Amino acid sequence: MGKQVLIVDDEPNIVQALEFLLSRRGLRVSVARDGGEALRRIEADRPDLVLLDVMMPVMSGHDVCLRVRERADLRHIKILMLSAKGYAAEVNRGMAIGADLYITKPFSTKELLAKVDQLLDLPA
Amino acid sequence: MLQGHVIVLVAFAYLGVLFGIAYYADKRADAGRSVIANPYIYALSLAVYATAWTFYGSVGRAASDGIGFLPIYLGPTLMIALWWLVMRKIIRISKTNRITTLADFVASRYGKSALIGGLVTVIAVIGILPYISLQLKAIATSYAILLQYPEISMPPSAGGAPLGADTAFWIALILAAFTILFGTRHLDAAEHHEGMVAAIAFESLVKLVAFLAVGLFVTYGMYNGIGDIFGRAWLEPNLLPLLTPLEGVAGGYGTWVWLTILSMLAIMFLPRQFQVAVIENTDERHLKKAIWLFPLYMLAINVFVLPIAFGGNLLFPDGSVDADTYVLTLPMAARQEGLALLVFIGGLSAATGMVIVETIALSTMVCNDLVMPVLLRLKRLRLAEQPDLTALLLGIRRGAIVMILLLGYLYFRIAGEAYALVSIGLVSFAAVAQFAPALLGGIFWKGGTRLGALAGLSAGFAVWFYTLLLPALARSGWLPISFVEEGLWGIALLKPQELFGLAGLDQITHAMMWSMIANIGAYVSVSLVGSQSADEHRQASLFVDVFRQSGEVGGARFWRGTASVPELYNLLARFQGAATAESAFADYARARGLRWPGDALPADAEFVHYVEVQLAGAIGAASARVMVASVVKEEALTIDEVREILDEASQVVVYSHRLEQKSRELEAATAELREANERLKELDRLKDEFVSTVSHELRTPLTSIRAFSEILREDATVDAAQRRKFLDIITKESERLTRLISQVLDVSKLESGRVEWQGARVDMREVISDTVTAMDQQFQEKGIRVQVLMPSEVAPVNGDVDRIIQVMLNLMSNAVKFCRPGAGIIEIALRERGGELRVDVSDNGRGISEEDQRVIFDRFRQGGDTLTDKPKGTGLGLHICRQIIEHHGGRLWVRSRPDEGACFSFTLPIEPVQEKAA
Repeated sequence: MGKQVLIVDDEPNIVQALEFLLSRRGLRVSVARDGGEALRRIEADRPDLVLLDVMMPVMSGHDVCLRVRERADLRHIKILMLSAKGYAAEVNRGMAIGADLYITKPFSTKELLAKVDQLLDLPA
Repeated sequence: MLQGHVIVLVAFAYLGVLFGIAYYADKRADAGRSVIANPYIYALSLAVYATAWTFYGSVGRAASDGIGFLPIYLGPTLMIALWWLVMRKIIRISKTNRITTLADFVASRYGKSALIGGLVTVIAVIGILPYISLQLKAIATSYAILLQYPEISMPPSAGGAPLGADTAFWIALILAAFTILFGTRHLDAAEHHEGMVAAIAFESLVKLVAFLAVGLFVTYGMYNGIGDIFGRAWLEPNLLPLLTPLEGVAGGYGTWVWLTILSMLAIMFLPRQFQVAVIENTDERHLKKAIWLFPLYMLAINVFVLPIAFGGNLLFPDGSVDADTYVLTLPMAARQEGLALLVFIGGLSAATGMVIVETIALSTMVCNDLVMPVLLRLKRLRLAEQPDLTALLLGIRRGAIVMILLLGYLYFRIAGEAYALVSIGLVSFAAVAQFAPALLGGIFWKGGTRLGALAGLSAGFAVWFYTLLLPALARSGWLPISFVEEGLWGIALLKPQELFGLAGLDQITHAMMWSMIANIGAYVSVSLVGSQSADEHRQASLFVDVFRQSGEVGGARFWRGTASVPELYNLLARFQGAATAESAFADYARARGLRWPGDALPADAEFVHYVEVQLAGAIGAASARVMVASVVKEEALTIDEVREILDEASQVVVYSHRLEQKSRELEAATAELREANERLKELDRLKDEFVSTVSHELRTPLTSIRAFSEILREDATVDAAQRRKFLDIITKESERLTRLISQVLDVSKLESGRVEWQGARVDMREVISDTVTAMDQQFQEKGIRVQVLMPSEVAPVNGDVDRIIQVMLNLMSNAVKFCRPGAGIIEIALRERGGELRVDVSDNGRGISEEDQRVIFDRFRQGGDTLTDKPKGTGLGLHICRQIIEHHGGRLWVRSRPDEGACFSFTLPIEPVQEKAA
């Protein structure tokens, strides 16, 4: 069984691109369109990795990350943050609240897949 | 039958209550919780103006003169309106210089002249004696009448009884004892007599209540209201003249005017009024309330004067009862024992209140301005070497109190029968009116000199003495009556009541005219002819410019010399006692961050001045000056030096005004700068936010474009259908990017005002038709039904047609985007109403939540559900639309309810009809 990845983003086209890339990689992919849904899916699916967009309406990626890190039983889940805000301060903030890696949009698909592999301990 | 001892007992019980109140107030003052430091007590204490003369005498005057009693109350009411201007200045000067009495005030103004202080004291004492005797007469008479209850008979004339059996004599002694208890507790006369003021305020209430009680009883108990009394009086031929205003007043209008002026001056310059209004004032702001409270009191205590007077005249038509006693005899005639007793107490209140305050004020004057200056100058007494003079000071004051009351009694014995109550009072009023030119001139005119004041006071007093006091003595048989009737040495021109042939006036008006002419004439002319000494010049400036000086330091500028602190301490301790001196020195030290004893106090000008002012509070300004001069080595300043200091001071004042002005301007400028800076910061923050949001919005479509491009490039396995789909996405996102960029540019242009607006007459019908046609293909693709409602003709608007079309397109494409899928209906309506055109664009979509309605016009805020795959907007369209419409002077808004579609409306003002000339 491949590992499970949850994609969280409110942009349908970006979701579609990520979904395509990760499925091709042989990973099981689920999708959430906002922070609330993301928390429910994490609870239900217990994914190995979450690709988490930061700027979302209602609940931001930061809040989702904090909630996940609060929970001992969810703490093992890897979080890769994706954000269109590229400032260093933003990156630092994401890392500080418990993201494992941080990628700015637009990203290189190659780099993204390399980071996913790295986080999931997959052979390159 | 009222037993004599019952009356005496009640009277003493009442005095006991008064003393209790005074004792309590003094205790509270010692504990720092003053009961008199409020404007109501202040206003009530001013009502010490209403004495036995008011209580009994007003009715007496009204019974013979009709409303002729009124000017005495009209004057104060008029005068008090000016108090904020005049009295506040006097109070400020007095506080600054620790003035203790009226005499002290005048002496201080004219170079701290002991001579002037003494003269004012003599005038005040002699002038007030008749007034005090009037109070004694009132108490004695009312007691004698009450004693006869229920018989009503007038007591035999005063002076008949032997001393030991004369009630008035014992009253004088009792009042003296009482005043000593009240008034000489503190040595420092500049301190407040809190107990006394509290007791006086209480007495003002008692006399008011008693008088109102009689008034109500006579008007509604004995008669059937005011109408009844006047109706009956109307039928009495001998009372008729009293009902016609002014007719009853001897001398007519002239007398009215003079009496009003006289009482205007009296309310300020009677020693007791000066005492309660100035010396006992705890806060200048109390004046504001007193200005309307005091006239109210005056009104209340005068309301029933006429009814009582007419009631009395009707009841005792034969003149057997003295009208001055109506207040008491009317309740007696009606067998109202209790009310009669209350009236007696009310009269007692009025009389004792006056006597206590007047005597305290006069005794302080006698001590500080008459006796002490003399004693201190008598080298033989070696007073300056005595270690403690406080006992001597208190002794002098107590002696003065006894002496003044005994002199009052003496006047009562000698001349008490010469005039009615009111006339006796007016004689005193006329005496204190002599202070007006020197005092009022002194605080508003720097030119008044010591000699001028001396001349004015002397001349005025002499005329008063000759035209009012001597005739009173003559009428009582102590001087040959021929002096009044034929003039001095038989010279008709010197007739005291028709001086220089001025006949036909009543005696008060006559005396006032001559004395004022003499007084003001001498004061002004002598002042103008002579010149001021350095001391006078300094004091004049300190008084007139009191609001421009900074308190005690103001006076210190004028001193130069050397002094020793221990000597100054000994001086203060001698006159005020060691404890007071100790605390005065400690206060001074504390204010300068030093400790006493312990630290060395600088014996500089400021300190010497401080000690002098402290001392002035105990012994008056003139004596204090002499005493301080005796222990310090002072270098006399010449008049030129004083002028120089004053000039410097006024320059400093001007300079510091300018500095203050500058610093205020600077402060204002700084505040403006700070505000501008805040605005800039806010704008900067908004700009950062904008840039950050824009960058985020640009990165989003770019992310899709890049991701799909890379997928298509790297992954050869993507099938044809997917490939097309991905290319479609890339195209759409590129379009979105393009749109975004142009709208961002648009917003930035709109907001910075760099848009070049085209102006032209726009026909909205055309705009709508064109846009509908342009969008036709989109409507058809989505199966949307479009309904357009517009009149056949509308007024043109003025505007940029391309921009208005932009708005229409934006609103319509929004409608297309959000209307019900598959069954979309869009309605467009154009209407003309109220000077504007209105366009509604409504759809039948899911509507916009109220929350979203509030934000959709903001930048980068989009409504709706982002989970749908609806084409994404930029979040700038509606923001731009609103900017465009508002630029045209219209409004853009939305109305919507969930599931009932949304309606966007905007208005544009119709171009005003223009002249066809162009």
